[in-house]
Amino acid sequence: MFGSQVFGRLLEGAATTVQVTALAVLLGTVLALIGGVVGLSPSPWARALVRIYVETFRGVSAIILLFWVFYALPIMLNLFLSPLHAGVLALGTNMGAYGTELVRGGIKAVPRGQSEAATALNMTGWQRLRHIVLPQAVVTMLPPYGNLVIEVLKSSSLVSLIALNDLMRRAQSLRINGAASTPEIFLGVFILYGAMAGVLTLLVRAAERRFGRGMDIGRLARIVK
Amino acid sequence: MTSELRAQGVPQGVWDWDFALEILPQLLRGLVVTVQATLMGIVVAMVLGLVLALARRSRRRLISWPVGAAVEFVRSTPLLAQLFFLFFVLPEFGIVLSPFLIGVLGLGIHYGCYTSESYRAGIESVPRGQWEAAVALNMAPATKWRRIVLPQAIPTVIPALGNYLVAMFKEAPLLSTVTVLELLAASRNIQSVSFRGMEPFTLAGLLFLAVSLPASVLVRYLERRYGYARA
Repeated sequence: MFGSQVFGRLLEGAATTVQVTALAVLLGTVLALIGGVVGLSPSPWARALVRIYVETFRGVSAIILLFWVFYALPIMLNLFLSPLHAGVLALGTNMGAYGTELVRGGIKAVPRGQSEAATALNMTGWQRLRHIVLPQAVVTMLPPYGNLVIEVLKSSSLVSLIALNDLMRRAQSLRINGAASTPEIFLGVFILYGAMAGVLTLLVRAAERRFGRGMDIGRLARIVK
Repeated sequence: MTSELRAQGVPQGVWDWDFALEILPQLLRGLVVTVQATLMGIVVAMVLGLVLALARRSRRRLISWPVGAAVEFVRSTPLLAQLFFLFFVLPEFGIVLSPFLIGVLGLGIHYGCYTSESYRAGIESVPRGQWEAAVALNMAPATKWRRIVLPQAIPTVIPALGNYLVAMFKEAPLLSTVTVLELLAASRNIQSVSFRGMEPFTLAGLLFLAVSLPASVLVRYLERRYGYARA
């Protein structure tokens, strides 16, 4: 097996992968929440806008979006985008489009009576969303959200193509330098990606337990039944 | 005049229509390769997915356990890493395949692991009575699968397969990284020669939408027609 030095280089790359993934997930989650809520608004214009966002940013595929953001957007807006910014922007907006559908579905799954009761209690729209609808929607949204986050982790490897030193790119440069044999490097790459995905799965399960507390839906309730 | 300036690398505004029209045929040829790879990939994924689903259901732990672990493993690592693995590691063991074949295999294996889960759900959605009736009629296991279980399981899997077909099309540009000359590779070549990223990548995006939007509409129609497979 290769020396600890090579594995250390891969770990440094994995740190960049985690950084890109975390920032993209943050952006994607914010966009998904906004898109999901606005997508259910009574205004047909707002709904159409969300529809266009979802269909475009989902339909165009993450990798094409990434190249467009890196090579075309700077020309259009006449600004400089670092590979990190371009990566986060492309992966985040792509995730946001998938997430919007997820949030919309989650909100719609909350029984109508819940938000009617909140209205009857004289809650404002924001209070209704914040304290009644979203906490219940989150429980149904979490498992597919977890899958989405793992998809972002996997797509984060695309940033290696725009010269960001993530795990994938570190592996490629180690391979070219001949620092370790190719099969060994790839073994390290697969182990690290698998480990990161495993940690994410555990985190999502923990969140499901946390948010499922006191609800008759959710993983814990299902186990108790 | 315009093309002369362009040859000297002088940008013609933000968007140059002449240049866009000039590169369109090259991009369309790339799109054809992308679509071909996707269609061949889904065939691999459909066959492999069914085999994996059956293997994972096997009562022999020696078969079901490693297959299950391999499927989870492939699903949790990036397709890009798997493509590089096939491209750089297989030759070290004396297996040399064409880049296109590597791309089709990579897509097929990656998505085969996803479709196997849909097949599993489809198989489990076949009512218990059907299995019992097949046994009661003294059918051999192979006959039971061929005549009773699969004909009922597969229609419920069709919408999921459609979704994976669209998803696969969206990931097919990754094949450019293993030197397959498809849509993204064509755009990158144009960009590196002309230093104009605006036209090739915008057109690539539009061409992508032109295929993936109608495809998703078709998949949604299939979903309504066949209904969701629910385990």
